[in-house]
Amino acid sequence: MDAASALADLTEISSQVEAAVIVDSEGAVLASTIAEETGTERLVRAGLALVEAADSQFGTGSRTVTELEVALRGGSVFVARQDGLALVARTSAGPSSGLVLYDLGTCLRTLAEARSKPKPKSRSAKKAATTADA
Amino acid sequence: MRRTVGLLVLLGAPLYFRRRRDARRERVQLGFDDGSSVTLEDGAPEAERLLALARRAL
Repeated sequence: MDAASALADLTEISSQVEAAVIVDSEGAVLASTIAEETGTERLVRAGLALVEAADSQFGTGSRTVTELEVALRGGSVFVARQDGLALVARTSAGPSSGLVLYDLGTCLRTLAEARSKPKPKSRSAKKAATTADA
Repeated sequence: MRRTVGLLVLLGAPLYFRRRRDARRERVQLGFDDGSSVTLEDGAPEAERLLALARRAL
């Protein structure tokens, strides 16, 4: 499963998620549900700035922020971090926070598992390996 | 029957309005890798910076 499929599954399961972006540990966008690049960038920048600010304010050497929700009157911003990946999402106002965080966590876990599995070799690659052995 | 409905409304209405009020309240909730969590209500000085950052995303 790739990042785009993981996001598609997330938005299908969680109807409260209006927009979501997955980034890697360096902040590079892996997938986004927002069509415009500026919208994606704005959400990512805000999400990563939130985690950084929360970590510097409340994190210690032994604990770091893994999930975050900022609820505003117009909607909520969620960030979940796991296995070197981060998911920033925007929802409508008054979401079921627990459910949204659970869905974000599941999405990241599924993607991390898929990324850690070795890719199956293509038929031509296998053939080339066999030829080289012989 | 009418009494039961009346009783349900009497008990349910405050809960419903409390939930609605809570949903409209601005707040920040943080979860950490050690399982602990922190909730900051609107008006808390530590919450202001995070609320301002989130407003940019909406």
